[in-house]
Amino acid sequence: MRTSRFTPILSLTGTVAAIQLLTLVSGKDFYLTQLTMTAYYSLVAVGLCLLMGFAGQISLGHAGFFAIGGYASAVLTTLNLSTYKDVPLISLLTRLQVLISRQDLYGAQILSVHPWVACVVAAFLALVISYAIGIPVLKLKGHYLAMATLGFGTIIFSVVLGTQRFGAADGISSVPPFPLVPGISVSGGSSLRVLNYYFAWLLVIVAMLLLVNLINSRVGRALRAIHGAEDASNAMGVDTSRYKLYTFVLSAVLAAIAGVFLTHFNGGIGPSEASIMKSVRYVAIVAVGGMRSLWGTLIMSVILNFFSLRGYFGTFDDAVFGGILILIMLFAPDGIMGSDLLALVRKFVRRTKAMRIQS
Amino acid sequence: MFLEFFFQYLVAGLTYGTIYAIVGIGFNIIYNTTGIINFAQGEFVMLGGMIAVTLHGFLPLPLAIPGAVMITMIIGGLIEMTFIRWLVKPSVLRMIIITIGISILIRETALAVWGESVRSLPYFTGNEVSSLSIGGVHISPQVLWSIGVCSIIVLFLNLFFKYTMLGREMRACAANREAAALCGIPTKNMVTLSFVLSAGIGALAGCVVSPITYTQYNIGTGLAIKGFTVAILGGLGNSMAAVAAGFILGVLESFSIWVLPTVYKDAISISILLAMLFIRPSGLFGNKEAMRLKDF
Repeated sequence: MRTSRFTPILSLTGTVAAIQLLTLVSGKDFYLTQLTMTAYYSLVAVGLCLLMGFAGQISLGHAGFFAIGGYASAVLTTLNLSTYKDVPLISLLTRLQVLISRQDLYGAQILSVHPWVACVVAAFLALVISYAIGIPVLKLKGHYLAMATLGFGTIIFSVVLGTQRFGAADGISSVPPFPLVPGISVSGGSSLRVLNYYFAWLLVIVAMLLLVNLINSRVGRALRAIHGAEDASNAMGVDTSRYKLYTFVLSAVLAAIAGVFLTHFNGGIGPSEASIMKSVRYVAIVAVGGMRSLWGTLIMSVILNFFSLRGYFGTFDDAVFGGILILIMLFAPDGIMGSDLLALVRKFVRRTKAMRIQS
Repeated sequence: MFLEFFFQYLVAGLTYGTIYAIVGIGFNIIYNTTGIINFAQGEFVMLGGMIAVTLHGFLPLPLAIPGAVMITMIIGGLIEMTFIRWLVKPSVLRMIIITIGISILIRETALAVWGESVRSLPYFTGNEVSSLSIGGVHISPQVLWSIGVCSIIVLFLNLFFKYTMLGREMRACAANREAAALCGIPTKNMVTLSFVLSAGIGALAGCVVSPITYTQYNIGTGLAIKGFTVAILGGLGNSMAAVAAGFILGVLESFSIWVLPTVYKDAISISILLAMLFIRPSGLFGNKEAMRLKDF
């Protein structure tokens, strides 16, 4: 059945449009801001789902890749090179449109890297770092892999927090809008709210299309084999280390791209985006969504992120995610979208029915 | 002058080294009986310090500290009984995520109970400025306290595991759980006991270092990573080696401040952890042949 694979994608597209119309009709279009941010966080979550659920490798450092993308883009686009504008290399880059000049809030001239170039650089940076880290890290298993990725995340966090260039505890603000086509840009302005919402979800739809196709291909079968029994799939001729590495890199780049666009959308980025708690959150979302279900992860990501961003959890925000992690792992390790819980419910129903018949 | 600085840094390193070593030992105790890494290990240290500070509000120090250790031990036992005891052959990934969840819950509870403020116990003897001068090097008496307590813990553990029936049963459980069960050892109780024990050790460490390093609700994660580094550096499961590794890491960190900004201190120790995992996961003192049989 070729068509069935794309039905969920189509219904996702429909839902995205329906939600926008719903907020328009009910006059609550301010929800779209959080929904846009949710879309970017979901991008990280589905990428991590591919890594955790399909390749079976845990990563407690994905917020690190998100931060690499966000910070790389923020640094490059807020960098002021106007004092060097007569240096031949700089003027050449300016003529090539790699560097563009704009005015800041106070009217001063700023010469900085074009957002598109910065985005490419950020994604490339995440690619290189994840590749370099992935080769040694993915040789590890279980606790060792978890601790190594946690360690990576902590390094990124402490570097971001300790470096003046990255704004230390304040982060980087006044990041310029990201021009998509003339007149439309990724930024937090309320006039562009609807367009930004659609752009963010377009990215998610494209990513889902890519990932769904990937897991239904030869690569996907290889990944599932790795998750099931790594040694066995290795013996069957699956190049396990290469597939694990590629999955790791792909999910890292997805996280970095999400970081780039969310930074432009928010107009800044702070060190909390790189914190361990953020990484744990992504893991929690994947766990709740049912490790092996991209769609489950996406749905749970939207629900949890949206509630969290709207502040429904209040001061218990982190505690909610911690509690969810424990509950899911104790009672439904395949996620609440997984078949286990449904089977449990069915069993329960059957038992009560049987009891009723007996009595 | 140079030599004096050198020794001052060395002493500072040894102080931090003791706490890393104790957290590392806590990891080892639980790892040995269950084969799982308890990501909430650092939270026990935080709880010990926090509860002791609270108890010290109405109890003298010599009573507050044992009280805090007892309470943390009970908490450790309860955590094991609530979350871990009844799981049937859980996968490693599942255990990792559960213990991470536990650590978040403990941290958030601590935040709700004690708030964000930084607390500390008073110095056991003397105060902040009192110091012993040994060969021109000034040492706070608290440093001697923490090194002393660490040595006592290590000595006690060694005797416990070697000569008591309970210790031997725990070791049997570590060596082969099924065989131990067949010999009539209640393996489930041994697992609970290992949580109680490592919670107690962590809490004691948390009390002893509280005057020097201070206690805040969120110190757990950092300590857990350091403790794990130490456990890996010494070879997972080997408590004596963890002590040596703790001192090595503490001293390395302390000297790194000499050349690098303080904020990179954590990055240094984690880089050591990563390098160790990549190059020699069996640890500095681990047996390579024996470790080959293990899964990394």
